Amino acid sequence: MKKLAMGLCGVGIMLSTLCSAAEPVKIGMITTLSTKAGYLGEEIRDGFKLAIDQEAGKLGGVPVELLVEDDGAKPEKGKQIAERFIKKDNIKIMTGIVFSNVAMAVVPKVVQDDVLYLSANAAPSKLAGDGCNANYFSVSYQNDSLDEVVGQYVTEAGHKSVYLIAPNYPAGKDHLAGFKRYYKGTIAGEVYTKLDQSDYAAELAALRAAAPEAVFFFLPGGMGINFVKQYAQAGLNQTIPIYGPAFSFDERLLGAVGAAALGVKNGSQWTHDLDNPANQQFVAAYKKAYGRTPTLYASQGYDTARLIASALKATGGTDDLAAVRAALKKADFASVRGNFSFGNNQHPVQDIYIREVIQTADGFTNKTIKKVFTNHVDAYAQDCKM
Amino acid sequence: MLLVIEQLLNGLQLGITLFLMSAGLTLVFGIMQVINLAHGSFYMIGAYVGATVAAKTGSFLLAIPAALGAAALVGAVVEIVILRHLYKREHLDQVLATFGLIMFFNELTLMIWGRQPLFMDVPGPLAQSIEILPGLPYPVYRLAVIGVGLFVALALWLLFAKTRAGMKIRAGASNRDMIGALGVNINLLYTLVFSLGALLAGLAGVMAGPVLAVQSGMGESILILTFVVIVIGGIGSIRGAVAGALLVGLVDTLGRAFLPVLLRLVLESSAADSLAASLASMAIYILMAAILVWKPRGLFPAHA
Repeated sequence: MKKLAMGLCGVGIMLSTLCSAAEPVKIGMITTLSTKAGYLGEEIRDGFKLAIDQEAGKLGGVPVELLVEDDGAKPEKGKQIAERFIKKDNIKIMTGIVFSNVAMAVVPKVVQDDVLYLSANAAPSKLAGDGCNANYFSVSYQNDSLDEVVGQYVTEAGHKSVYLIAPNYPAGKDHLAGFKRYYKGTIAGEVYTKLDQSDYAAELAALRAAAPEAVFFFLPGGMGINFVKQYAQAGLNQTIPIYGPAFSFDERLLGAVGAAALGVKNGSQWTHDLDNPANQQFVAAYKKAYGRTPTLYASQGYDTARLIASALKATGGTDDLAAVRAALKKADFASVRGNFSFGNNQHPVQDIYIREVIQTADGFTNKTIKKVFTNHVDAYAQDCKM
Repeated sequence: MLLVIEQLLNGLQLGITLFLMSAGLTLVFGIMQVINLAHGSFYMIGAYVGATVAAKTGSFLLAIPAALGAAALVGAVVEIVILRHLYKREHLDQVLATFGLIMFFNELTLMIWGRQPLFMDVPGPLAQSIEILPGLPYPVYRLAVIGVGLFVALALWLLFAKTRAGMKIRAGASNRDMIGALGVNINLLYTLVFSLGALLAGLAGVMAGPVLAVQSGMGESILILTFVVIVIGGIGSIRGAVAGALLVGLVDTLGRAFLPVLLRLVLESSAADSLAASLASMAIYILMAAILVWKPRGLFPAHA
C-alpha cells in the first residue's frame, strides 16, 4: 500500500495530501563537508541532527527525514543538488549552505520554485536587501553583523586608528565595509591580500611601520590561522591588539592557532557560555553526543532545526506552505542565543556580543565579555520591500 | 630604510622556502622529464608528520628527521609504484596521474588526521624576536629558516659538484640515454633523485609548520610558485632554482610591501590599494613573462 501511494505521488498532484501524510517531511541540507572547510558543514549538520535526535526522528512532533549532500564549496555543485532535491525528492524545505557564493547560486533560484530556504550560515547582503524574498529566512545573521559589532566595540574602546586586512575578493571588501560602518576613528591602512595567501611577513612589516592603535582582520579559514600565528611570532600581539569577526576564532580553529590567539577579542552572536536554559541544555547535549564543544556554526544548525520544529508544530506538515512560512516568521522557539526575532527582511533581530579567547583545561575557547548590540537590525533591511 | 631591510629579509626567507621546493622539482623535471604536480603533497606530508611527532613527543628536533624520513619514503614509493610507468608516456598523462595523486594525498590526510588543521608550535628558543639592527626586531625562527636553507643549498652544491653520485645526476640531466648506456643503474638513480626531491619538500613543509596552518591542500599554494621558479631558473638546473627562487621571493614580497606605497603617490588611496593588490599578485607572472621573452629557456638552462 505504501509503495502504491509512493508510486502515485509522482503522478497525481491531487494525491499530494495523501503522500505527505504517509511520508515524513523531507528537509534538504546542501552543505560543505569535503575540502578543508568541511568542518563547517559538519558542525551545521551535527547541530541540526542533534535537534532531530532529541525528538527521536521528529521536529515539532512531525516525523522528518534529513537528506544531506556535500557541495564541495562549489556553486555549480550546490545548484545541481538543489535541482535534484526539488525534482526528484520533492523537497519543500532546504538549509545548510556554508558559503555566500554557493548561496547566491542556489537560493534565488529555489525560492522562485516555492521552496523555503532557511540559511544556517551564509547570508550575503543581496539577499538581505533588495533581493529579499518571502521564502528566504536567515537564521544565522547578516554577513556584516559580526564586523559591525567589532567596529562599534573598537570605537568604544577608544582606539583612534585601525589597520584593516582582508583577502582581495568581494566578501573581503564587504566585511571591511561592515566594520567601517560602525568604526568612527581613522583608518591607518587598508590592505587586500591574495586569496589563500599563506605568508603575511610583508604585510606585518608594513603594519608595524604604520603603527596603528589596533588591527581588524577578516581572513577566514587557514588564512586566519597563519595570520594570527605570524602576528604573535613577530611580537606584534604585545603592542597592538587585534580584532576580528568570530570566523577565525571558532573552537576548532583555535586548536590550530594555539596560544597566539589568547586574549584576542572577536564579535559573535553566540558563545557556548551564554546564560539561558535553551543554551545550557544544547551545549551539554552536544558535548555528550559528539564529544566536543559546539562552535557557532553548530548553534546555527541547531537553531535552524528548532525553528523548523516550531513551524511544523503549528502546521503539522508542509502541505500548506504559506502557513509554514507564517509560522516560521513568528520565530516562536527558544533560541540558544536568547533574544531572537525576524525583521522585515526575515533576517535575525538579535543581540551581538564581543568575546575573548581564553584557555581552559579543555583547550582554547571563547568567553563572552560584553553585549554590544541589543536587538541589532542589519544595514540592508531598509532596502527590502517586504 | 629599516622597513626595506626587513622586507628584504622576508623576501629572502620566502625565496629559501621556494628553493627547497623547487630544487627537488627541477631535478625530477630535468632528469626524468616528468611533470610532477604532486610535489606539493610531499611538502604537506612533511608538515603533517612533523606536527604530529612534535605534538606527541614535544620535540621539534625529533619532528624534523621524522618529517624528512616520511616525505622521502613516500616519494620513493610514489616513484616505484606510479611514476616509473609514466616516463615513456606523454606529459599530459603525467599531469593527469600526478594531479590524481594530489587529490589522493589530500583526502588521505583528511582521513588520517581529520579536517581540523594541526597545531605546531615554534620550538622554545626560537620563539622570540631579536633586534638584528636597532629598531628592527625580527622573528628568530624566520632567521633560522634562512640559515637552514642556505646550509641545504651549500650541501646540494657539494653533492652535485664534488661527489660521484652528483656527477651521475648531472650526467643524467644532460643526457639520460647515454648515462644508461654507460652502465649506471638508471632505475635506482631515478628513485634516489625523486626521493631526495621529496625529502627537500618535506623539509620545507616541516619548517613551514610552525608558521602556517598545517592542513589538507596546503601544498597547492606553494606548488604554483614553485613552478614559476623552475621556469624562470631553467628546467633541470639547481643554479637556476637558486636564482629563480630568490628572484620570485624578493619580487613577490617587495611587490606586496611597496606597490601600495608607490601607487598612493599617484592615485587616491582606495584605488591605489585595490590596484596594488592586483598588481602585487601578478608581479611574479609578469617577471616570468619578461624573463621568458629575454631568455626563452630560463636563466640557467640545464640542457644548454
